Amino acid sequence: MVTVLERDSDLRQRAWDAAASVFDPEIPVLSIADLGVLRDVVLDGDHVEVAITPTYSGCPAMNMIALEIEIALERAGFRQPKVRTVLSPAWTTDWMSEEGREKLRAYGIAPPQASSSRRSLFGEQAVACPQCGSDKTELLSEFGSTSCKALWRCKSCREPFDYFKCH
Amino acid sequence: MAVANIQVSETPLVLYALRRADDALILGHRLSEWCGHAPMLEEDMALSNIALDLIGQARELYSYAAKVEGKDNDEDKLAYLRDVRQYRNLLLVEQPNGDFAQTLVRQFFYSAFADLYWRAMMNSRDATLAAIAAKSEKESAYHLRHASEWIIRLGDGTDESHARAQAAIDHLWAFTGEMFTVDDGERALIHADIVIDPGSVRGRWLTTLSDVTREATLKLPQNDWMQQGGRAGRHSEHLGHLLSELQSMQRTFPGLTW
Repeated sequence: MVTVLERDSDLRQRAWDAAASVFDPEIPVLSIADLGVLRDVVLDGDHVEVAITPTYSGCPAMNMIALEIEIALERAGFRQPKVRTVLSPAWTTDWMSEEGREKLRAYGIAPPQASSSRRSLFGEQAVACPQCGSDKTELLSEFGSTSCKALWRCKSCREPFDYFKCH
Repeated sequence: MAVANIQVSETPLVLYALRRADDALILGHRLSEWCGHAPMLEEDMALSNIALDLIGQARELYSYAAKVEGKDNDEDKLAYLRDVRQYRNLLLVEQPNGDFAQTLVRQFFYSAFADLYWRAMMNSRDATLAAIAAKSEKESAYHLRHASEWIIRLGDGTDESHARAQAAIDHLWAFTGEMFTVDDGERALIHADIVIDPGSVRGRWLTTLSDVTREATLKLPQNDWMQQGGRAGRHSEHLGHLLSELQSMQRTFPGLTW
């Protein structure tokens, strides 16, 4: 017979795994755990509450992520799961897992890297091309297809690519 | 059929959150007007991205205002069901987009302030405001970088871009003083360490402006007469037009949801 504690820890793990199975709708290779968006899973009896944090204040993917977490938890047998948004501490790309960075690169998005200074103007920064690995690349626009990405171009293989901005 | 305005119990803290939320929402809406119209695709995306950040910040601040008020209001009602006189944003952010230079100068003046202001607000004794500030500060830093680079490109660009950027600075300058004003209610919050005195960042704000405009070969006006009113609900004629568009769906179909 399992003790209550063991049962709770198993249940919490099951809830975490269910929540972590949700992928970012904008970057379908990254789970919300890889991204660092999944912050906490709290179990109270059979009820579960998941805490997530937005990448950017206006990220339109957050509503969809919250909905998908609820669906995933209900599928895993949790009734009336709740999703709570926490703002503090503010999300940073430092929370992205090593595995997440590798998945991004393989998907064709250059993973975030430390920038020189976020306040320096016309800053030069070397971002390696996720396609051919060359560091002869140039910034086309600091703002890309989603809040979290910038648009770059490789001068070696001539491919444009997304760069996941350091934040 | 028109739908009635909501009433808001404007305690100093509720009013504080509404003022900052209104700044972010109105400026975000103005930037979103460029979507599909910007001079190039990259800027179309940049301005829309910045708009999205600002509207996100507004949502957090409205939700907090509603929570502090503790009545029946929520972020949507606060955004969609208040009339012009109930809006408390800075006159600066409601000014029309004008040409690209005017939009970027407006953005530069505001972002240079927001960057410093939110950074200082991260030390607020109010945990929610400190968390919103931490999020907004990160975003303001690159909004400012984006605007500063454009001020330099435009000012130090062609005769035409220089003239337009200088005209925008001269036109919008009188709306900047309002950023640093507070009323008695906000003064009490400042004394309680819940919010910071915006006047405390004015010196560094001016330094940012001087540094960037010098590099851009542009001049800051010497005129120190400033226009005020937005914080007290007295707006330019432009806000009503903006709200009629922003609120049209909720005013026409009350309670409409996606």
